[in-house]
Amino acid sequence: MKPAPFEYLRPRTLHEAIAALAHDDAKILAGGQSLVPMMNFRLVSPERLVDINGLSDLATISETGGSLRIGALVRHAQAARDPLLARHLPVVAETMAHVAHVAIRNRGTIGGSLVHADPSAEWPLLVRLLDGVLELLGPDGQRAVAPEDFFIAPLVTDLAEDEVLTGVLLPVPDPDMGMAFDEVSLRAGDFAMVACGANVMLDDGRIASARLAFGGLGDVPLRMEAVEAALVGQTPDAIAGIVADCAEGLDPNEDMHASVAYRRRLAPVLARRVLERAAGRAGGRT
Amino acid sequence: MIDITLTVNGEEMTGRAESRMLASDFLRDVLGLTGTHVGCEHGVCGACTIRLNGTTARSCLLFAAQLEGAEIVTVEGLGSPRKMHSIQEAFRRHHALQCGFCTPGFLMTVAEILETETLETDAEIREALSGNLCRCTGYEHIVRAVRDLVNERDGVAA
Ligand SMILES: Cc1cc2nc3c(=O)[nH]c(=O)nc-3n(C[C@H](O)[C@H](O)[C@H](O)COP(=O)(O)OP(=O)(O)OC[C@H]3O[C@@H](n4cnc5c(N)ncnc54)[C@H](O)[C@@H]3O)c2cc1C
Ligand code: FES
Ligand code: FES
Repeated sequence: MKPAPFEYLRPRTLHEAIAALAHDDAKILAGGQSLVPMMNFRLVSPERLVDINGLSDLATISETGGSLRIGALVRHAQAARDPLLARHLPVVAETMAHVAHVAIRNRGTIGGSLVHADPSAEWPLLVRLLDGVLELLGPDGQRAVAPEDFFIAPLVTDLAEDEVLTGVLLPVPDPDMGMAFDEVSLRAGDFAMVACGANVMLDDGRIASARLAFGGLGDVPLRMEAVEAALVGQTPDAIAGIVADCAEGLDPNEDMHASVAYRRRLAPVLARRVLERAAGRAGGRT
Repeated sequence: MIDITLTVNGEEMTGRAESRMLASDFLRDVLGLTGTHVGCEHGVCGACTIRLNGTTARSCLLFAAQLEGAEIVTVEGLGSPRKMHSIQEAFRRHHALQCGFCTPGFLMTVAEILETETLETDAEIREALSGNLCRCTGYEHIVRAVRDLVNERDGVAA
């Protein structure tokens, strides 16, 4: 239960951090809330740790041209009480309440969550739901990646070994858009068995557009495009019927907490709950 | 080996550690502060919870090297047997501990959530404490102790 030896580096700039990653077996240390348990179990034993906690430029949230930019080092607790996010994307605070426990939310970062890419984690689902863009910086410069290309498999992403995730851009939605998130987990703060987020725009009491995404039902966060299309033009009372079979054809993983059948059963329950709540929050004309 | 200078419970301290040494082991074995307990070493049990620069953190998920320049509060910084902190006193009053293994972590968590959370209902208290495991008490008495502290804080008669 103790990590193997490693070299510890604490770069003072992003460029130093990227230079420090030019090594066969280096890893970034952010909040350490996923990496350090794995090191303690010796599931991973990197030879070099590059501690980015000193890079305070990465720990800010700002508004830039129609988007909110969340730095990779923003902690879950910081996102939960940020006033800009509260104004434009209140679903973030609603979601953060489900991420782990107080002490872990104080340390864990959005960047670490996205790169760790647990299929049940909340941030990957949110970034998929909200059409976020991930900003990666490497020795050859910067690139922007969409979540559908970033998340490849459980714990596997498109990030190269010498790249740093610097932040995420989330477009500011229409103020009339209703958003909601919910999940089912064994205990408060445990990883979700199934997690679900939705956005709804109403027009004249009917659904003008909808978004539905799941975590925990596949290898990566899933967007349910067929359900989204079927919802358009319907009134919110049609939601329950439309989502009833939404887990059909999905092949979720089984673990000691939830069987495949149970996860499939949770999907329409959560989809209905979250879509109805999002519709109730949508500010369109009724 | 890395030299580390930090402030612990208001006092400047120094120690040496290998880069792989966990902060929990550093506090216990190098600085001799054994109040911080080590249960699971993977972030689940909460026994090792300390305050790091004002907010709670798992000391088993931090490396000692990360404590350079940090301000740490451990359970020793809350109070002493002769002069207990009001949180410790509430735990004593409500029998909120049996073996006491989990207690330092609970005390540190409670110290933070009393500052940051409304804790209006017992369900909220239980949720805020969900990151600390206790194998003895069944939590009921811990919740009662926290309820008492919240009432005291909010000026509400029990
Ligand atoms: C008991 C417990 C319960 C938890 N419950 C939940 C939960 O319910 N939901 C949830 O989502 N998470 C949960 N977590 C995980 C937690 O949210 C982590 O904080 C998160 O997954 C990883 O973030 P981190 O900053 O701690 O990353 P670290 O652990 O520091 O790093 C994780 C990985 O990401 C890499 N990395 C980190 N930052 C960057 C970057 N900027 N660029 C490139 N690579 C980077 C690291 O090299 C490492 O491979 C839990 C953790 C614990 C211990
Ligand atoms: S010992 Fe740190 S959380 Fe269990
Ligand atoms: S009092 Fe024994 S584990 Fe909590």
